[in-house]
Amino acid sequence: MEGPRIFFTIPIFGGININETIINLFIVSGLLLVLSLVLTHKMEKIPRKKTQILAEKIVLMIDNLVENTMGKQYMKFAPYIMALFASSLCGSLIGVLGFRSTTMDINTTLCWALVTCVMLHYVGFRTSGFTGYLKSFTEPVPFLLPINLIGIVSTPMALSVRHFGNIVGGSIIMSLLYTGLGSLSSMLHLPIPILEVGIPAILSLYLDLFSGFMQAFIFCMLTMVYISNNGPEDA
Amino acid sequence: MEGIYLVKAASALGAGFALIAGIGPGIGQGFAAGKAVEAVSRQPEAQGLILKTLLVGCGVAETTGIYGLFIGLALLFFNPLL
Repeated sequence: MEGPRIFFTIPIFGGININETIINLFIVSGLLLVLSLVLTHKMEKIPRKKTQILAEKIVLMIDNLVENTMGKQYMKFAPYIMALFASSLCGSLIGVLGFRSTTMDINTTLCWALVTCVMLHYVGFRTSGFTGYLKSFTEPVPFLLPINLIGIVSTPMALSVRHFGNIVGGSIIMSLLYTGLGSLSSMLHLPIPILEVGIPAILSLYLDLFSGFMQAFIFCMLTMVYISNNGPEDA
Repeated sequence: MEGIYLVKAASALGAGFALIAGIGPGIGQGFAAGKAVEAVSRQPEAQGLILKTLLVGCGVAETTGIYGLFIGLALLFFNPLL
């Protein structure tokens, strides 16, 4: 298990390392950009092309999710949730193509969690005003003030470590399995290492595809729940 | 020099102990899945919603186990004590 490879260092602010995670994040961003450009190319009012129907389907799916979870007054958060979901999902699934998953680096997930955290405190601030916002830390009883203060730090921590730990744990199990099967087939003196065919695919289906999708979904779900807890109750 | 080996050995043991945290989420997710089965058998038409809620709940319940894994990873790969 190794950290991301460092390609080169930008010599400002004491050296900024440009590593595999950053390069792969740019690849993911480019991929999503090209995908959305292709899907929304030459849009029409009444869709006839399959690409536009697919794009509308995806956007409507996220819109429905946001509306069901948060309520109608939060529809302006739908683009953020969509971006979060898409970059998290593609960042995890890019590991299947042989790149290093971007979510295998805690900096990536911590960054997303911090954006979410700033957003949810901003929403709380906007909703209840300065005094109301400060007062919300002493609810339900003033005795719980320290626990609420810890909650400021523990919310992004829990969000980021959950996503990071799941993806890293899955990839550790996968690499253990590959190494184990490889050494097993060399121990049996097989001319072709046939044990590595097929068996990892079953575990990879769960640990790479399902886990990556699930974590992206849970991250978005928790973001929505946190924001709507801090925001206005009704429109 | 021997101190470093002692810290390394204790870190390896500690990483193993940290993964005992995996017991809790296992029990919790088992309970959640059992309740989900009960709910589906009582109300089979709400299966989609129950599945979605179950998966999100399982993901959240996993957190404590993931903390244990994180501590184990920290002790093995980026040990702050060495």
